[in-house]
Amino acid sequence: MGIVDDVKDQLSFLGGFKLTLEHLTRPRVTRQYPEEKKPKQPRQHGRHVLNRYEDGMEKCIGCELCAGVCPADCIYVRGLDNPPDDPVSPGERYGYVYEINYLRCIHCDLCVEACPTEAITESKLFEFSFTNRADAIYTKAELVVDDDGRPQKLPWEDWREGDDLMTSGWMRATSPAGNAAYEGEVQWSGELGYGVRQPEGGQSGRRNDQATGSKQLRDVLEPHLLTEDIPLEHRGMKGRMWRAQISAERNKKKMEAARERFKELRATRAAQKAQKKASA
Amino acid sequence: MSGAMLAQLHSMVALTTHGDPLYDNGVGWFVWVVDIIKVLVAFVALLVSVMLMIWFERKLISDMQSRIGPNRAGPWGLLQTLADGTKLFFKEDLLPERADRSVFKLAPYLSLVPALLIFTVVPVGGIITVSGHTFELQVADPPIGILMVLAMSSIAVYGVMLAGWSSGSKYPLLGSVRASAQMISYEAALGITVVTVVLITGSLSTRAIVESQSTNFWDWNLIRLGIVPFFLFLIAITAELTRPPFDLTEAESELVGGFHTEYSSIRFAMFFLAEFMNVITMSAIVVTLFFGGPDGPVPHIPSFSIWFPVVWFLIKVFIFLFIYVWFRAALPRLRYDQLMTLGWKYLIPVSLGWLLAVAGFIVDGWWGLGIAVAAVVLGTVLVRAFGVGQFRETQREPDLVTPRIGPRVVRTPPGPVGEDG
Repeated sequence: MGIVDDVKDQLSFLGGFKLTLEHLTRPRVTRQYPEEKKPKQPRQHGRHVLNRYEDGMEKCIGCELCAGVCPADCIYVRGLDNPPDDPVSPGERYGYVYEINYLRCIHCDLCVEACPTEAITESKLFEFSFTNRADAIYTKAELVVDDDGRPQKLPWEDWREGDDLMTSGWMRATSPAGNAAYEGEVQWSGELGYGVRQPEGGQSGRRNDQATGSKQLRDVLEPHLLTEDIPLEHRGMKGRMWRAQISAERNKKKMEAARERFKELRATRAAQKAQKKASA
Repeated sequence: MSGAMLAQLHSMVALTTHGDPLYDNGVGWFVWVVDIIKVLVAFVALLVSVMLMIWFERKLISDMQSRIGPNRAGPWGLLQTLADGTKLFFKEDLLPERADRSVFKLAPYLSLVPALLIFTVVPVGGIITVSGHTFELQVADPPIGILMVLAMSSIAVYGVMLAGWSSGSKYPLLGSVRASAQMISYEAALGITVVTVVLITGSLSTRAIVESQSTNFWDWNLIRLGIVPFFLFLIAITAELTRPPFDLTEAESELVGGFHTEYSSIRFAMFFLAEFMNVITMSAIVVTLFFGGPDGPVPHIPSFSIWFPVVWFLIKVFIFLFIYVWFRAALPRLRYDQLMTLGWKYLIPVSLGWLLAVAGFIVDGWWGLGIAVAAVVLGTVLVRAFGVGQFRETQREPDLVTPRIGPRVVRTPPGPVGEDG
């Protein structure tokens, strides 16, 4: 290493000055939280709902599997035999008491996976700050969906647009029973207010990525498959080219989306400035 | 020394020991009023500017990190400091059980009061005349001027040291030990560069220092002394302020909060205030010593032209405030040995050599050149000698020599000769 390189090495910290100045011109990464909220993931785990069938019957059969699987021990269920003249659920028994303590719940979604009747699922709502312990324990009356099939919106909850949509058992079903042979075939029951939902992204080959933002399971798993399970046209060099093409397209889309976002941001900022000027 | 030089020096001294013309005609009621107004204005302006400085630092550093920064209290978060201060004021004032109570209470004042006092000798503007009375736009113009700055910054060391010592706790103690060692080390380089300025001015008075630079840009000490003293002074003063990258005294990752770990409530606020006030006053001192203070082009606008120097002064100070925040955003904290190496092995020798060269140039051009060449040659020889010595040592006994900064040397125990080559 020559003396020039040595000096350069010693003075390399000066690059920090340039970098910090550059950052002055970059867009800010902070979001002004209560006013400006990040879009939620399509399968975000939020507060639970208790679903009902299309005819209004409750899906819960009081089997207590959810309470059994819960690692935080926050669910309390008591089942009771259905009254023969006025049944609550189509089965033999129904959930007579159903309580979730949100001071304990960790939103792991194990209860949703354990449920045999898709009775308990999670909405995308996470902004519910109660001010006393009694409010923290949600009872069945608060968890069960209303007559339109929508979750009840309690006064201390901050529901956003779309939080209550796509929350049912339909949501968790990717390939029903994990068997590729059933891909795209409806294996979930209808629900109050929505009927039987059609399969979408990740649930069928005719998927819609924009709607759910998810990937097809087969694409995700392909690198892990045995060679003979991979389609011929995706093997070897050809396959590599194909994958590179796909990722390039995806990146291009991402870049375009980002570019458009910046354009919008700039336009709105310019508009704001113009407005300010006009008002001043 | 030539006769002309001597005459020039004498005239300079005569010019500079004059002091504030306000006191020329005795001390009447008008003098009292002017002095009180000066003190009040300086005090209030300093406090307000500290408030704004804290806001500015937080805002700028967040901009440099692509964040937003405080924006809730007041427009653009301007009142954030006020809100923080109010909060601190109403918090519980804790006094550690093992603290030395009286010293613990005294320490914040030892930090805050010098910070306030330093600003009194800074020339903020030119000389103005109000109803027949002429006075300088600076709180005080003592003949010792710049010595007062050095004295006060030394007293501030006591504030930090005693705070750490009296807390009766280990992290503050470590922080204060670091702080006092650091401040004393860098005070040497600081003092020598100040002496360089004093040497060329021929006076200690800050007003005289400013006036000697006031004719044009090329007379600023920055240019006159050859730029290097300015950089030495800037580094030394940053270390003296314990600002990043020299903030080892409050290295959060190592010492919790450093010397003020045990402080809370209004006592902590005083340390905080003192720290930022020092940043402002030291920026003002840099401007005074090297950038001509309030010097700058003054257009002739009746009844307003006297304020132009003040504006120039404020702009210059602001640039240095920006630079301090920039330092904090851009530079990582130095290790302790790097700090000491920089202070003792680089800053002090260079400033000393520069001082000698400047002194030589003031006497005579040939003297200056001779001293400069001698300093460069001697310095090079010394550096080379150290290098050779270290190289030979490391070659001969690799297991006995502590490796220098750099990749860690794996030490193997010396085996029998000729076994592993």
